Amino acid sequence: MVQFTSVHVFYLLDAATWTILLSLLAFAGGAVLGITLALARVSRLRVLQLLAAAYIQLVQGTPLLILLFLSYFGLSILGYRLHPVVAAGMSLTLYAGAFLGEIWRGCIQAVPRTQWETSDCLGLNRFQQYVYVILPQATRIAIPPTVGFMVQIVKSTSLASIIGFVELSRAGQIVNNSTFEPFFVFTCVAAIYFAMCYPLSLSSRYLERRLNVAR
Amino acid sequence: MVYQFDFSFLAQTWPAFLGGAWLTMKLTVVSIALGFMVGTLCAVLRVYAHPFVGWLVGAYVEIIRNTPLLVQIFIVYFGMASLGLKLGAETSAVMALVINVGAYTTEIVRAGIESIPRTQVEAGDCLGLSRLQVVGHVVLLPAVERVYPALTSQFVLLMLASSITSQISAEELTAVANVIQSDTYRSFEVYVVVAVVYLFLSFLYRLGFWGLGLALFARRRRLGTAL
Repeated sequence: MVQFTSVHVFYLLDAATWTILLSLLAFAGGAVLGITLALARVSRLRVLQLLAAAYIQLVQGTPLLILLFLSYFGLSILGYRLHPVVAAGMSLTLYAGAFLGEIWRGCIQAVPRTQWETSDCLGLNRFQQYVYVILPQATRIAIPPTVGFMVQIVKSTSLASIIGFVELSRAGQIVNNSTFEPFFVFTCVAAIYFAMCYPLSLSSRYLERRLNVAR
Repeated sequence: MVYQFDFSFLAQTWPAFLGGAWLTMKLTVVSIALGFMVGTLCAVLRVYAHPFVGWLVGAYVEIIRNTPLLVQIFIVYFGMASLGLKLGAETSAVMALVINVGAYTTEIVRAGIESIPRTQVEAGDCLGLSRLQVVGHVVLLPAVERVYPALTSQFVLLMLASSITSQISAEELTAVANVIQSDTYRSFEVYVVVAVVYLFLSFLYRLGFWGLGLALFARRRRLGTAL
């Protein structure tokens, strides 16, 4: 049996950078999809509204794990053999997009009605209204919940270990297989996740308090 | 190559899917019920108990909310076993899910408790209610009623997250799907079927919680809104 040493700690920390990279990938993809969905949800076209709502219901009503299996095992049977990081990035993007879309729709709708009316009176068109009036204000409202959701994304990347991508959780399993000290190893893994997520949680709470004070 | 979709495996395997879905429901209903109790108790402790107890509850909530469920499940299943406490896969699964949802419930119910005006508590005191009666009737019930929508969506998310327990060989819906797909090589179709079943389950849970809300909160039944 191998002793748990600092080498293992460095291995875990190294794997944690993959967790961070995957989180960033998922957040970037999810942000693009999310803003599209949010705008579709508040658009004046009924079809767009319905499509976006259906997508969000669909993704929020199925587990992320199934999404992951579909894009990794499912697509490979269909002939598209994806690398685990691509499959994980893709399903996390689809997942994060649905949740961010719903969060940001709320933020856009939280901008007071009068702001729309005023910008109408000033003769701005729909595009100008969004860019100069609505979105800057919605962004302010959106920052705390978005930072909060990033915690969710970081935690969700742990599922990528199940399809064999070596990030923090998978590295934990590998270390555990050689040292066989599961309690200690997984507590270490949990501590590293905590070190990544807790600052995000704290700053989300801080930003929220500051936003409410400013109001 | 054009792929031919083939769902014919369902003819033979639907009882297995049904069994998996049933186990998912059993695991999650038990976890939600226990988790709700744990969470409510912790929320009350956090608000009313000695600051040190409150701090302990806060630490529990933050630790659970900032680490992934998968790692929590591993610690409960593999970690506890290595410390000498051997639990079955399903017991470990329920335990991990209860610990997880308990933390989220604590935070949600605490928000509810803090939204109850002080004057309500004072009015309860004036009417000569005991401390326990005030906390139960005047604070907790209206508090839970206010945060009920947030609670139910957390519970539905827990049901979906229970798919992760397949990783410690709890034979719930996702684990069943994994077995069937390795038998039939129809992974795409199998996971589409399972996704539909989960979708159905989440609608079922939402419907169930809506009905439960109507049954529990008389005021909501009469007025149609929370107080």
